[in-house]
This record gives sequence, structure tokens and C-alpha cells, in this order.
Amino acid sequence: MNGKKLFRLVNAVFWLAVLALVALDTFDTRGVRLEPPPFALGSGQAASGGHCSGR
Amino acid sequence: MPWFFRLLLIAGGLAGVLAVAYAAGVRQGLLTLLGIGFGAVLQGARFGFTTGWRDFIEHRDPQGLWAQMLLMVLAAAVSLPLIAGSGGELVGAVAPLTISLVLGAFLFGAAMQLADGCGSGTLYKAGAGAPLSFAVLPTFALGSFVGASHQPGWIALGGLPAVDLLAWGWPTALALTVAGCGLVAWLAGRAQAQSAASQPAASPTPTPQDAAQQVMRAGTASFVPAAETARAGSRWARRWWLGALLLAALYGLHLIVAGQPWGIVYGIGVWGAKIASALGWSPVGDPFWGVEPHATRLAEPLLADITSVTNLGLLYGALAASRWNGPADFRLPSNRRLIAACVAGLVMGYSSRMAFGCNVGAYLGGIASASLHGWVWFALAFAGSIIGVRIRRRIGS
Repeated sequence: MNGKKLFRLVNAVFWLAVLALVALDTFDTRGVRLEPPPFALGSGQAASGGHCSGR
Repeated sequence: MPWFFRLLLIAGGLAGVLAVAYAAGVRQGLLTLLGIGFGAVLQGARFGFTTGWRDFIEHRDPQGLWAQMLLMVLAAAVSLPLIAGSGGELVGAVAPLTISLVLGAFLFGAAMQLADGCGSGTLYKAGAGAPLSFAVLPTFALGSFVGASHQPGWIALGGLPAVDLLAWGWPTALALTVAGCGLVAWLAGRAQAQSAASQPAASPTPTPQDAAQQVMRAGTASFVPAAETARAGSRWARRWWLGALLLAALYGLHLIVAGQPWGIVYGIGVWGAKIASALGWSPVGDPFWGVEPHATRLAEPLLADITSVTNLGLLYGALAASRWNGPADFRLPSNRRLIAACVAGLVMGYSSRMAFGCNVGAYLGGIASASLHGWVWFALAFAGSIIGVRIRRRIGS
């Protein structure tokens, strides 16, 4: 297999894996449905998402 | 038919945004769209935090550092008044000055040079198809997951409490942030001038080595002309300042939509924890993943997590930008380089949790939030990068 074919194959496998994992997770947690307001600013709710800074 | 391919790329992105909005709400859809913007700008402008630092360390080229400081100033100018006036709806990235921050930032700075990308760099290069970043991403996720689990233990080692300059009012906080960024930019320019004075002028035309290095850096094609390999002594390349402007705009929008600054490694850690859960690991009793709000993040769909959806969007945005002008170019790294990058990815993931984030969550987010930990992170990570660049030279490409 030449380099270009390998490159395309690895890219395809990567994106298929990403989509499959997201789909599996979405299916597995389908009972949980949360819908925050579209914009945090003006929502009247305190920010509560997880962040790298440790919150 | 490049227009048809471009249309497909745009349609693919919009379909993804709509799918996320349908599955997890309008906010998550908007964040995916912003993530696509982040990825497109990072890849399109080749806005690398790692590369910017390396260019300065190796060639005294300050352009990347200048762009980063411009980004910090603009992001702070947008976010500080918003955070101060939001009444808690918006929060900054504020963290304590712990021993773990010092150790973690130093390790991260060294590792990111070996992995050829920080948190955002690894993601956008993986999205664009860079083979090295494909290899780094899984170990980064594992390191981030384990590092998060150990984070409470590292914090318990002690340190100083968080210093939030916003407590003195946003005008003062912004003035101090601008002064800090200005000082760094001035020092970088001065170092360049001193270096130029002691060396013969650089060649005005890019050498084959420059071109090869450019391909290695990007991993793929981009809509930035390859000839734009500005070296020390030349003008400030457009890609740098334009990238900073666009990233600052996206950063502000992200804060308004998400309520928190742009982050990367938290989401990657969640991915690692989700995979570990699927393999039988239980977060119950874990000092990090077993407590709120992280336990809820694990129980909720991945698409409900803020950093996860921006990360996914970023991957796609980088893919779209790298294929905008046709098929991507690439170069396979040596096995030695690949193994070193995988180990570096593991270290990077782990240390980013010790240090409260990567270049985006701690460096950009911290400084733009007027938190002192962002400056400490910068100093230590830059020192680590000096070591990392030396190790990288020994390993080769």
C-alpha cells in the first residue's frame, strides 16, 4: 500500500471511529435530555459546565 | 470542481451542527459551529502556540509570540467587561497557584514540543490528517483522564490561592493584562533585534528546508500560501495577526454562548473517561470523576459537554480548511519520532490536568480572565519548551 492510500485509509478510520463513538455514546445516554438556554449571557443561570481550570 | 468539493465541506459542517443541535440543543449546536470556526482558523492561519514558541526559541522569530499576545489582549478586552457585568452567568478561567501548576506547566511545555502540538494544536492537526497527531490524540486522552483523576491529590500538595485581578475591577485587570502582554511582546522584539544585530541577514527566499519544515508543521495543505514562511527579520506575516483577530472574536462568542472560556483538555479527558467507563471502569469513589460537576458530565451525553462539542467542531473545521484547496499533503514521521510523540501525548494529557489546562484553557483562558495562574503557566511552560526543543532536536523528524 502506497503512502497516499495509507494516509486516506488512516483518515477514514479516524473519522469513522469518531462518528461511531459519538453515535454509541448518544444512543447509550438517550434517556438524558438537557437543553440549556442558547446563550449563557442573559440566561439568568450560573455557569456550570466543566472546564480545564478545575471547576 | 473545487467549488463542488467546497460546497460538500460546508454542507458537511452544517449537517453536523444541525445534528448536534437536534441531539443536545441549540447551545451545543452553536458551540459546534464555533468549534468549526476555531478549527478552520487554527488550520487556515496555521496558528500554532507550539510553533510560535519554537520559532522564538530557535530563531528568535517573535511573530508567533506577538500574535499570541495580541490574541490575549483582544480576548481580555472582550471578556473581562462581560464577565464583570454578567452577575455570574459568565465565568473566567481562574485557578490557584499550586505546586501542581508549576510542575504541570513545565512538563506540558516540554512535552508539547515533542508532540508537535499543544491541546488545540494536536486537535487541529489530527483533524487535518497529520499522522503524528493521530498517534498523539489517544495517549493525550488517556493522560488527561488519569491526570484528572489524580488532580485532587496534586492540589493537596499545597500552594497559594487563586489571584483574580478582576477583583480590582475590570479596567484595572485589563490594564494589567495589556501591560503584561505588551512587556512580553517588547521583550520578544528586543531579543529579535539583538539576535539580528549579531548574525548575518536571513535569506529572503524560502529554502527547500524551509518548505519541508512548513509541510511538517502543518501536516497538510492549507489555504495559507506555503511561500509565507516568514523568518526573523521579515515583516509580521498576515496569517499571524489575522489569526489572532479571528480567534479573539470566536473566543468572545464562545464565552457568551457557553458561559465559560474556550477549553480543550477537559473534553479530551471526558472522552478518555467515557471510553474507560465503556471498558468497565467505574467513576464511583473517584476523587475527580466521581464528584460534581464531573460525574454529571460523564452521565450526560458527550454532545451535552461544552468542551467536547467545540473539540469535535474544531476537528471538522481543521479538516475542511486543510482540504479547501484540494487534497492534503503529508509526511510520515519516523518510528522513533512517533513513539516519542505518543509518550509526549501521555505526559501532555496528564500534566495539563496538574496545571489546570493547556495553552487554551490555562494560558489563553487564564490570562484573558485576568487570573495570575495564566502568567505562571506561561512562564513555566515556556521554560519547559526550551528543554523540549532541545530533546526534539536529538530525536529528529
